[in-house]
Amino acid sequence: MIEATLRHRLGAFTLDLSFRSEGGVVALFGASGAGKTTVANLIAGLLRPNAGRIVVGGRELFDSERGIDVPPERRRLGYVFQENRLFPHISVRRNLTYGRRPASAADPRVTLDQVVDILGLSELLGRRPAGLSSGEKQRVAIGRALLANPRLLVMDEPLTNLDAGRRAEILGFVERLRDTFAIPILYVSHSVEEIVRLADQVVAIAEGQVIAAGSVEDVMSRRELGPILGPFDAGAVMAAHVEAHDRRFELTRLGVKAGTLTVSRIDLPVGTRLRVRVRARDVILARTMPEHISTLNVLRGTVVEVAASEGPQAEVLLDVGSPLWARVTRRSVEALGLVPGIEVHALIKAVAIDREAARYGGATLSVDDHT
Amino acid sequence: MLTEIELQALWLSLRVGFWSTVVALPLALLAAWVLSRRRFSGRRLLDVVVHVPLVLPPVVVGYLLLILLGRQGPLGGLLHQWFEVTVVFTWQGAAIASAIMAFPLAVRAIRLSLDAVDRRLETAARTLGASPVRVFVTITLPLTAPGILAGAVLGFARSVGEFGATITFVSNIAGETRTLPLALFTAVQTPGTEPAAARLVIISVAIALVALLASELLAQRFARHLEGRP
Repeated sequence: MIEATLRHRLGAFTLDLSFRSEGGVVALFGASGAGKTTVANLIAGLLRPNAGRIVVGGRELFDSERGIDVPPERRRLGYVFQENRLFPHISVRRNLTYGRRPASAADPRVTLDQVVDILGLSELLGRRPAGLSSGEKQRVAIGRALLANPRLLVMDEPLTNLDAGRRAEILGFVERLRDTFAIPILYVSHSVEEIVRLADQVVAIAEGQVIAAGSVEDVMSRRELGPILGPFDAGAVMAAHVEAHDRRFELTRLGVKAGTLTVSRIDLPVGTRLRVRVRARDVILARTMPEHISTLNVLRGTVVEVAASEGPQAEVLLDVGSPLWARVTRRSVEALGLVPGIEVHALIKAVAIDREAARYGGATLSVDDHT
Repeated sequence: MLTEIELQALWLSLRVGFWSTVVALPLALLAAWVLSRRRFSGRRLLDVVVHVPLVLPPVVVGYLLLILLGRQGPLGGLLHQWFEVTVVFTWQGAAIASAIMAFPLAVRAIRLSLDAVDRRLETAARTLGASPVRVFVTITLPLTAPGILAGAVLGFARSVGEFGATITFVSNIAGETRTLPLALFTAVQTPGTEPAAARLVIISVAIALVALLASELLAQRFARHLEGRP
């Protein structure tokens, strides 16, 4: 779907990377300053790489060797910017239809009605951007990009300038359009939350280079991501599905590769697939199966790697059927004799779930020990 | 109230002002756009050339026009030969002189406004499939409208008030090139015409005030329109 090899110098910053994706939602993940927006702009043709090649949907958009450089207006990419960039002098309706392209048989087109319906814009059509809230503006901006019938929708941190409430709302809308239109999305973000919820694949970049690429579960559980995620968010992501609900105690049982996880109740039908994120700092390790404890989730696994990080702590990578990270003190590593191959029990303190994340039937919740 | 000669001068001034604005404005828009949006090696020089009429004595401009566009002049000769057009000593010539004097003012006003247009909106329009021309017509131009209006008003006012270049280039011919300032000059030169001079002064002040007021009101409406307020 997307094939990009890019080399670009911007002052002291050098971007040199290559990735390919197979459609769906590809997240471009990295800390600020890693070069994410630069990659988005290079692909959209707003910047010209010093060298490289860009192919989207089988169409060559740029090739420095063959002298191909399709101008941005002919690349047929929708771009949702960090700031909404709505045209202030025309109505919402005319903003939406600004980039509308004529339909063709080969091209199942996105209609105004569809977009208005999915993004809830019917009340706004006659108004001017100046009269809209920040969340409404971003919805219009997304609709405008969609109506250009893009072959790829580039979204550059579309939630950054919104408050938490609006962010959850827009995230829900993005999920809906991901599920409704078969338009591949390149989603630029530094938010683990958004990526775990939206993406199919992740390309993680740092200092202009790809440091990891692959499925969300795989990439987001890698140790290389630690520095980007920070000590708070570092952890593992697991694919899960809803197995059963326990109405009496208001709990939900999730099936994961490692077995089951019990979390606070989620209002999703049995069988729904979702992702669970377990932060390293929320995992407790025990050599023997502990008894009489309140923790509902105990996963058995083996130690794969012990990495001492700075200060008193160490990161322990476990294999519980899928990767799981635990952050414990170096003293505990020594006391428990945690070396690769050792069998341990991982205790994940239950489990206040992030209901916001689950609301739209979407894909994520994080396991969290603080409410 | 006004004598025929004064009415003639008023009418002529408005005509000269109108046509000089019509001629100068598109060129000013082009120059402003090039200066605001293009980066090329001769940009500094162009900037200087555009502003020359602002600092050159108007008489010099008029004299240069006379040399260039006079019947014997290199350009004037061609005009006469090919189109049988003579601009020297005609009101059209007055409009040309006024247009040149008004040009830098119009460029400055439009350029300020172009510089203030959020370039990111233009980029967004490109990603929506708009060619550079369409971006200019649908985004840049509407958002620059207040500046273009300001440029037009400034240019018009400057044209109506033009004196030095006009009198040098097209002389002071009653009914042909005697605009308001020239009529006032003539009145001042002639003894016993103080009432006529006073009336011409009042007309000139009135035109200036009306133009400013009108532009102020229009600018407000434009701004409201652009921001989408009712």
